[in-house]
Amino acid sequence: MHNKTLVELSKALHKGEYSSVELTQHFLDRIKNYDSQINSFITITTDEALKAAQAADQIIANGDAGFLTGIPLAHKDIFCTHGVKTSCGSKMLDNFIAPYNATVVEKCQAAGMVMLGKTNMDEFAMGSSNETSFYGPVKNPWDIKSVPGGSSGGSAAAVAARLAPIATGTDTGGSIRQPAALCGITGLKPTYGRVSRYGMIAFASSLDQAGPMGRSAEDVAHLLNVISGFDERDSTSLDVPSDDYTANLNDKLAGLKIGLPKEYFAEGLDSNVAKALESAIKEFEQAGATLHEISLPNTHLAVPIYYIIAPAECSSNLSRFDGVRFGYRCENPTDLDDLYTRSRGEGFGAEVKRRIMIGAYALSAGYYDAYYLKAQQIRRLISQDFSDAFKQVDVILGPTSPTTAFKIGEKSDDPVTMYLSDIYTIAVNMAGLPAMSIPAGLVEQRPVGLQLIGNYLKEAQLLNVAHQYQQVTDWHQAVPQDFKEVL
Amino acid sequence: MAWEVVIGLEIHAQLATKSKIFSGASTAYGADPNTQACAVDLALPGVLPVLNMAVVEMAAKLGLAIGAEVAQRSVFARKNYFYPDLPKGYQISQFELPIVGKGQLNIELDGEEKTIGVTRAHLEEDAGKSLHEDFQGSTGIDLNRAGTPLLEIVSEPDMRSSKEAVAYMKKIHSLVRYLDICDGNMQEGSFRCDANVSVRPVGQEELGTRAELKNLNSFRFVERAINIEVERQIDILESGGKVVQETRLYDADKNETRSMRSKEEANDYRYFPDPDLLPLVIEPEFLEQVKAKLPELPDEKKQRFMQAYALSLYDAAVLTSSRELAEFFEQTVKLSASDAKLCVNWVMGDLSALLNKENLDITESKVTAPQLAGMLRRISDNTISGKIAKTVFEAMWAGEGDADKIIEQKGLKQVTDSGAIEKLIDEVIANNPKQLEQYRAGKEKLFGFFVGQVMKISKGKANPAQLNELLKKKLS
Repeated sequence: MHNKTLVELSKALHKGEYSSVELTQHFLDRIKNYDSQINSFITITTDEALKAAQAADQIIANGDAGFLTGIPLAHKDIFCTHGVKTSCGSKMLDNFIAPYNATVVEKCQAAGMVMLGKTNMDEFAMGSSNETSFYGPVKNPWDIKSVPGGSSGGSAAAVAARLAPIATGTDTGGSIRQPAALCGITGLKPTYGRVSRYGMIAFASSLDQAGPMGRSAEDVAHLLNVISGFDERDSTSLDVPSDDYTANLNDKLAGLKIGLPKEYFAEGLDSNVAKALESAIKEFEQAGATLHEISLPNTHLAVPIYYIIAPAECSSNLSRFDGVRFGYRCENPTDLDDLYTRSRGEGFGAEVKRRIMIGAYALSAGYYDAYYLKAQQIRRLISQDFSDAFKQVDVILGPTSPTTAFKIGEKSDDPVTMYLSDIYTIAVNMAGLPAMSIPAGLVEQRPVGLQLIGNYLKEAQLLNVAHQYQQVTDWHQAVPQDFKEVL
Repeated sequence: MAWEVVIGLEIHAQLATKSKIFSGASTAYGADPNTQACAVDLALPGVLPVLNMAVVEMAAKLGLAIGAEVAQRSVFARKNYFYPDLPKGYQISQFELPIVGKGQLNIELDGEEKTIGVTRAHLEEDAGKSLHEDFQGSTGIDLNRAGTPLLEIVSEPDMRSSKEAVAYMKKIHSLVRYLDICDGNMQEGSFRCDANVSVRPVGQEELGTRAELKNLNSFRFVERAINIEVERQIDILESGGKVVQETRLYDADKNETRSMRSKEEANDYRYFPDPDLLPLVIEPEFLEQVKAKLPELPDEKKQRFMQAYALSLYDAAVLTSSRELAEFFEQTVKLSASDAKLCVNWVMGDLSALLNKENLDITESKVTAPQLAGMLRRISDNTISGKIAKTVFEAMWAGEGDADKIIEQKGLKQVTDSGAIEKLIDEVIANNPKQLEQYRAGKEKLFGFFVGQVMKISKGKANPAQLNELLKKKLS
């Protein structure tokens, strides 16, 4: 059952080949048996899952089921889930039971989906390797000595190891696409505002966006159908109707104009990754797409300004974790300053504290103009690069990450090198564009991710391009060797 | 040395919305602690603010009323600081681009008008409340007030005395109530202000170093706090010292101001645009709609009163100081069909006196406008004299009914029959031969004595004008 696509699972449930309870139990068993090897879950909601599966079976029996009714999924532990621990990968929220559901969670529930549990992640989504989690690093199913990427590393690893058929993630600078690439799965970051941020614990509000992570473009399209849409509780949500993201999957690619940014195929890109991309590009050519070299001249500024804007917003967003109303509170505070200092000092990990300090510095009097304001100006230039490019091409193609999965511990002492692993993904968040990562090869048994970037609200087009590629290749069906015997 | 006082005020007016500025929780005053704080007010992880559009219309009304530009695009910003009653660790306010730009309004003081500039007005949310009592060694937090909408109205440093500051504050108070955007209740904290106070030698252009006086929640405290602060600053300067820029708290019990924090200790608020809220865009059509709904404003009303009723600036200013008082007055004039001056005298005289004495607002007056008008009609048609009217008014105040009923029941109708008055005069003259003799010998002061005697036996009901005329004839 765990190797089936969402379409296959949906059919089987509707036909009564097995029940949602059986399907759910199967995945719960797999989590129980194998997750200790990869640490992809923080919380497993066995009882709630079986109860939801029972309810789903009833709905299916009544003939009221939707396409995803009864299908299990995993939520990144950044989404608030009513009555269930929502830790955001932090000691700060280790004791936090959310009293409400995030819009994304609510929508999945309304669609009859069954939550298996909450996946591990970099603390407060700050990281590219899942090593900053309070709950320990997640391991890449392709090589358990390597990182799965981050921050949605738990979701990516769980899907890659077939512990969940599909999962949710969030992407602030590449946190869906980079782990999708490193774990060999398909992940989509929608246009900023396409999916509601309500109930999603904020890291950098102007960049954060939730999206689906699955094993194929088609699976991802089905989940996007469920979670996208306007939400009046999120003022930055787009009041534009959602598309049916599965409707155009089978459109042909003849005449599609694909842009290849020269800055993405330059120094810094691993040569084996580059080779894998070259063969992928040939597939697109064969499908009738035309290739165009384009330039995104401000690419090199994306990482530096990201590390101004994202920390600035996070320094403010994380102020609410003060030990007063919820979350971690230090023992026996002597006074208010002590309460704040120790609760935050003890509750946050090193990377979170580093970013809060960078952000507070960038916003402080006398530095604001030089850092934050300047970064916002450059952000507009980066958006402009993309709008210029989309005058010439339909989609942009490039690597998701400069390398394949790296070893745990390899970059954790060197934040700047770590930050550079998001060099191809960050600019997309700056511009608010949709983008996805799909598997496009293996280098020494490690997956290579190919990134597709689309124009605003062109998720359906991206999914179509990805799906067509997946019709003629089988990289997305490759299985991690270490897990082969159990898969 | 002669000193000039320079004052600017920052007034916080709580906007009279039903729900909070960024959440659906109620703003009603006086609920049990933390019963009106929803997930957004508590700043739970993951929640987001959504602007209550009612505040936009209210802010726009104020902007239009003071002739200010209402910004087509304004931006909410985060003011970052840590305090237990500030759940998010930042206050959502407006910083660089406020909703209301430069405007102005006139104040009246000692019969003269003065224009005070308004620098800006911006929207923001209130914080919660820290309760230091009742929790031994700890502090309680009540977040009912967190997220209550405020309009902060910042003046130019245009005021030159505590009296001007109070007049300005009263003017804004009256304005927000005219506009129906704030209930003006100072005891509940719906209307409060901070005062920036400095002094400089008369003739010097450069401003002196200022102190900011915090949280002045009554007109009286504003006046007293400024006076005491001005004295303090002058004392420092005259003894060769320097005023320090700082925030000071006014202690009403001790009537002193004391330092809260100096400029060096001041927070760096790290303002930046709130990424959870889009810039607030106001379309010209929306402003036109708001404009069309504006009521007659105090200054317009004042001008109209001066012309229509021939009132002095002072009378017109007092009567238009509140929308309710102005309406009471106009209704009285209309229903009484009497001279406006008579109405002014009664509204500003006996009525105001009783309201003040019993500490009542015009809306709580025990005599209604139609009742007062009914009585004034009886003065105008000579049924009662002005003096008897005082008795009637008091009876109405005591709840004894309308003027006509009281006049009837108490037999207060004025005697206007000259025959009857003559009879009374004859009686008095007959009973006071000695005084008559003295009067006729030239002691004209005794005229008043005879008037008094006649009034006495008529029980005050003789028509005074007729009495004077007839008495003069009889005595000569």
